[in-house]
Amino acid sequence: MKSGLKRSNAPIFWGLFGAGGMFSALFGPMLVFITGIAVPLGLMLPANTMSYAKMMAFAQNIIGKGFILAVIALFLWFAAHRIFHSLHEIGIHAGVGAKLLCYGSAFIATVISAVVLLSLGF
Amino acid sequence: MSKRRPYVRSMDGWWKKNPYFIEYMIHESTALFVAAYAFILLVGLVRLGQGEAAWSGWLDALKSPLSLTCHVVFLVAILYHTYTWFKIMPITMPPIIVGGKRVGPEVITGSGLLAALVASLVLLGLVWRLAL
Amino acid sequence: MSENLKIIEIEVLRYHPESDREPHLEVYKVPFTDDMSVLQGAQYIKDNFDGSLTFRWSCRMAICGSCGMMINGIPKLSCETFLRDYHPNRIRIEALAHFPIEKDLVVDLSGFIEKLESIQPYIIPKEPRSLEQGEYLQSPQQFNDYIQFTSCINCTLCYAACPQFGLNPDFIGPAAIALLHRYNMDSRDGAAEERMELVASEEGVFNCSAVGYCSVVCPKHVDPANAVNINKTNAAKDYFLRFLSPKGGSK
Repeated sequence: MKSGLKRSNAPIFWGLFGAGGMFSALFGPMLVFITGIAVPLGLMLPANTMSYAKMMAFAQNIIGKGFILAVIALFLWFAAHRIFHSLHEIGIHAGVGAKLLCYGSAFIATVISAVVLLSLGF
Repeated sequence: MSKRRPYVRSMDGWWKKNPYFIEYMIHESTALFVAAYAFILLVGLVRLGQGEAAWSGWLDALKSPLSLTCHVVFLVAILYHTYTWFKIMPITMPPIIVGGKRVGPEVITGSGLLAALVASLVLLGLVWRLAL
Repeated sequence: MSENLKIIEIEVLRYHPESDREPHLEVYKVPFTDDMSVLQGAQYIKDNFDGSLTFRWSCRMAICGSCGMMINGIPKLSCETFLRDYHPNRIRIEALAHFPIEKDLVVDLSGFIEKLESIQPYIIPKEPRSLEQGEYLQSPQQFNDYIQFTSCINCTLCYAACPQFGLNPDFIGPAAIALLHRYNMDSRDGAAEERMELVASEEGVFNCSAVGYCSVVCPKHVDPANAVNINKTNAAKDYFLRFLSPKGGSK
């Protein structure tokens, strides 16, 4: 066995990547369709689907909070991991800088989402 | 003295050299669209926290042609992410043995895509019910 | 005979460490018959045009794993790839990608050999048994758990197919991890925890980004990508659960 091996901390990021990849694969397309296409164009869904009252009610519900946080945070952790790897793959080995940019953005977005969701009350 | 002088080739542009790698880079790059969409939702959440006027402003912004075009692009990109995510799944998971035989890759990919379809319809149904 | 004899252009990436600064392409016009492999094309060049052309080969029947090369950019065993499938187009042969070129089509495999050694590629018995206790028994199911991963012939086509190995030569890589998995999956072996130190290390499985091309080019259907990715799950379990179990794989 080789000596001086250093344990990789990748499982944390890889775990978030896997969860986000699966979550976005399952729900991503339909979410984009609902929030970005159907509701703005008034297709299929009732006109008040994303009204202020409805969205507040959703964001004040504990399950709603969990879903919103999962979507924003996991999508970003998934993307951060892939983009970080892609940068390495196209020859940008920025190391710590690229790591901070990718995972840092996901981390800050997670914190902002959590703070807003908590501030909206229950 | 050794006459050895092993030559190390450059990796520059490796992903352009093989159609398989080009497809890999395309499906990896869907992450950019997932990130962009998540950032739009993050902005929406922040606007929701700022009150009704801010939220309405965000909803109106979603109606702009630019936003609609972007979301159509996101939809295509994320659909491709869904397809490739389940296409890779057979190599990323441990073998599943049913009745003494290993479940084939097409069954795993098919089940994943079916799960995505069901998840999408359930999501649409729930949103519909909450909206009524 | 003569009406069967066609000519194919073979472009070869040549490199002589004593006289060349860098590799360059040379084209040879090779007469061939339908039963001739790319390896035989290279042998024809060596015998008739340039005796200094250097390449590895042995068995000519896809079992020794020596004759791998890039054929039109794809890692293949040259003995089971036929010139007729490329004619009338030109064919380009190069040393296996991602390895340092020693001379012409011969690459430096010493890094790979070290990796093979590092995974402890032998059974480390779970429980020592004396002769009186008899042989280790294994059920057909237990045999099936690892047999696929024993088929590797160390041809290293998977390394030439793996961009992550190209980008980070320290990555243990597909074939060595597939072989590691073969021993971990063997019911007689008890060293999976020992090998975990390597699997979970910075040289280990997390270098893989599931490109999957290694399994596509494998001539023996070993599916090294699957072995690597199963071990990501194992390493992640070990990472998060090591505090619960006093026998965690590595420090």
